[in-house]
Amino acid sequence: MIPAAFDYQRADSKEQAISLLSEYGDEAKLLAGGHSLIPLMKYRLAAPGVVVDVGRISELSYVRDEGDYLAIGALTCHREIEINDLVLANTGLLAAATKQVGDPQVRHRGTIGGALAHGDPASDIPSAVLALRASFIIEGPSGEREVGADDFFTGFLETALEPEELLTEIRVPKVPNSTWSFQKFNRRAQDWAIVGASVLIADDQCGVGLVNMDSKPVRASLLEDAIVSGASAEEASELAAEGLEPPSDINASTEYRSHLARVLTKRGLQESGK
Amino acid sequence: MTINGTEVSADVEPRTLLVHFIREQASLKGTNIGCDSSSCGACTIHLNGESVKSCTVLAVQADDQEVTTIEGLADGETLHPMQEAFRDCHALQCGYCTPGMVMAAISLLDEVPTPTELEVREGLEGNLCRCTGYHNIVKAVLQASGSKS
Repeated sequence: MIPAAFDYQRADSKEQAISLLSEYGDEAKLLAGGHSLIPLMKYRLAAPGVVVDVGRISELSYVRDEGDYLAIGALTCHREIEINDLVLANTGLLAAATKQVGDPQVRHRGTIGGALAHGDPASDIPSAVLALRASFIIEGPSGEREVGADDFFTGFLETALEPEELLTEIRVPKVPNSTWSFQKFNRRAQDWAIVGASVLIADDQCGVGLVNMDSKPVRASLLEDAIVSGASAEEASELAAEGLEPPSDINASTEYRSHLARVLTKRGLQESGK
Repeated sequence: MTINGTEVSADVEPRTLLVHFIREQASLKGTNIGCDSSSCGACTIHLNGESVKSCTVLAVQADDQEVTTIEGLADGETLHPMQEAFRDCHALQCGYCTPGMVMAAISLLDEVPTPTELEVREGLEGNLCRCTGYHNIVKAVLQASGSKS
């Protein structure tokens, strides 16, 4: 399988990337690690006229301790996040979810920013950043803006990013005294999750992000409210699929996905000490 | 780019995949194409020392970078220790997945020098053996690492 023909531009800085995006607009797609975009292009599900390669902008690959949050450069690859001491010590849930992405070869190339900007409800990473209440730094021709994870994912493979904008940083709050669990149900080792759940519990806080339970990455907000109000894991997990519209496909029906969400969130809550 | 220490240069279309560049431009046919959809790992090579699936990398992304393929492992007649371990343990049946398995296994040991059996199995999750000959493959990787199985 070979992608349709396209023009290739390499950006060496974020400014250059934004300027190329402004020049080509809708025609252009950003290429980071390429592990979402290149398969789509090979299947001819995507055929951008111009590919802007941002993969070598090394200034966007970092993990920094910023006091009450970790700042993660959008081009940091999954492997680096999986083994990064700051991530492991402060946001273990993100490391655990990242470790479940694809396989080692995929994690050597794929980036956190690329995975998030793809906006795939079947991806593991969005569930973790939703549970952790992370935010996103987006840069464009008119400057920088910060968008919360809840507002970032807007629809199936759609995000708050405008065509001329670049996701540059993910800010992940440190949650003191937290416990967490990442649950993933899939058929074979490297498969996408049929359903997955990121669970984070702290003193007066509960975050539960779900994989593949709607047309976009979502939180189980009714479940979260129930936990904060004192419900048990058993009671709260019954609400895991409330108000959501999980897809039905060859792997699982809507009903089965809803069942899995209840089972996986219960396990996740129990593993987190609830 | 540099492939196995040799400079290889060519003008290619942006859509040329790295695996095709390696097989066609550099005429190195040891890197196999299995699924062509980033699933099977048969096309695994090292890009700057790390295992990647060369069917999911554009050749232009490897511009000026260092590529190592299965042909770059042996030193003349002397096999790489991982190749030697695969031979000792008979870690292949039809052999189609073997180049990718060996490349993935070397990258795994670079990151986890003395893995447990579980770590080997998880570390090779991106490589499929359709003969289902995993038992001896895992044995070979453990032997190469010096770990006990």
